[in-house]
Amino acid sequence: MEKQAAISAEIATIEAADAGTGTAQPRLDYPPYRSTLLRHPTKDPHHADPETIERWAPCFGHQDVGELEADLTVQHAGVPIGERMVVTGRVTDGDGRPVAHQLVEIWQANASGRYLHKRDQHPAPLDPNFTGVGRCLTDADGTYRFVTVKPGPYPWRNHLNAWRPAHIHFSVFGTAFTQRLITQMYFPGDPLFALDPIYQSITDPRARERLVAAYDHDVTSPEWSTGYRWDIVLTGSHQTPLEQP
Amino acid sequence: MTTPGQTVGPFFHYALPYPRGAELVPPGSPGAIRLHGHVVDGNGDPVPDALLELWQADPDGRVVRAGGSLRRDGWTFTGWGRAATDAAGHYSFATLPPGPTEPGRAPFFALTVFARGLTDRLCTRAYLPGDPAALAADPLLSGLPAERRATLIATPDDRGLVFDVRLQGARETVFLSFPGRR
Repeated sequence: MEKQAAISAEIATIEAADAGTGTAQPRLDYPPYRSTLLRHPTKDPHHADPETIERWAPCFGHQDVGELEADLTVQHAGVPIGERMVVTGRVTDGDGRPVAHQLVEIWQANASGRYLHKRDQHPAPLDPNFTGVGRCLTDADGTYRFVTVKPGPYPWRNHLNAWRPAHIHFSVFGTAFTQRLITQMYFPGDPLFALDPIYQSITDPRARERLVAAYDHDVTSPEWSTGYRWDIVLTGSHQTPLEQP
Repeated sequence: MTTPGQTVGPFFHYALPYPRGAELVPPGSPGAIRLHGHVVDGNGDPVPDALLELWQADPDGRVVRAGGSLRRDGWTFTGWGRAATDAAGHYSFATLPPGPTEPGRAPFFALTVFARGLTDRLCTRAYLPGDPAALAADPLLSGLPAERRATLIATPDDRGLVFDVRLQGARETVFLSFPGRR
């Protein structure tokens, strides 16, 4: 396997080549992330005007999501190990409108950097009190809120001594099929950012910084938990307010 | 500024798939069809860690506004489902064929594809093969060369339709970008 220095050099070369192009989304073709090699489409995406079904998103309701699913610290008999924290923010579309009453899903490693997944072989302890999966619906204002513990960084086998910065996976629906987003939320100041080919696959520094939550002392609560705020902005909705399906 | 996407990664199986997620209708129920296929990489090898989401109109061409996809009651058609590929790269949905959302339009399934190694989600369409006139008149399909157009049209089999997703290569599936978003 290559060493980190070789991967970092590839990252730097691509970022320099992309400088000023302002690509807001990750490059699909991004060789430093080795698994992209055989999996990225080689042809440019074909432009489509969204048709009726693509201008709407699936509906989820209270029959889909239990109230307790937003609290990842109460899913077992005991309390999980780690830094308890609240993560909250708003989901809005590209026009600033809230995405109300829509599904948000998260999943993450535990405080030691271990996923409850059979393919995760990292020799860090599982936590019997932490699954690491949460769901909620946004409120009328587009706000979501989860209680969890801060995930740890973990190693992966992209290259020698490869480590992912700590992150929470987010799955978000908008009001249109075209807005569907799965992404990762990171924590401020992580020293692994510069080394991570997944984070760096977004070659515009301002765009990738959109994935970093802000510590928010107003979300932190006394004698209980720290707090982070992270807002999610989707693209425009393609809908007019009066449109009916 | 729009929030960028990131890969779904390798560890989504305990989080995103859920019981009966791929069963928009119970398999074998009246009118049910199977929409299935393989996801393959640039070597033609199966992609065993992909996730597909299906979004579609009902058989009358209506956009469904009913919740209940995550906890199916067995009676409500929600128009949405989720299926992970298996070790052979195979996915399968049990559903109903969508109708045209406007008279004369070619009906299709809207599909989203996620996988480890895909840095962002991909969107595509799986058109129903049954109405040649509507397919010929479709604005998206008619803008594609014939060999690329074929990648978007499902083919019938004994229980429904087959739609393979080829991420790379000679018969690479046509993936879509929409205004403001790849």
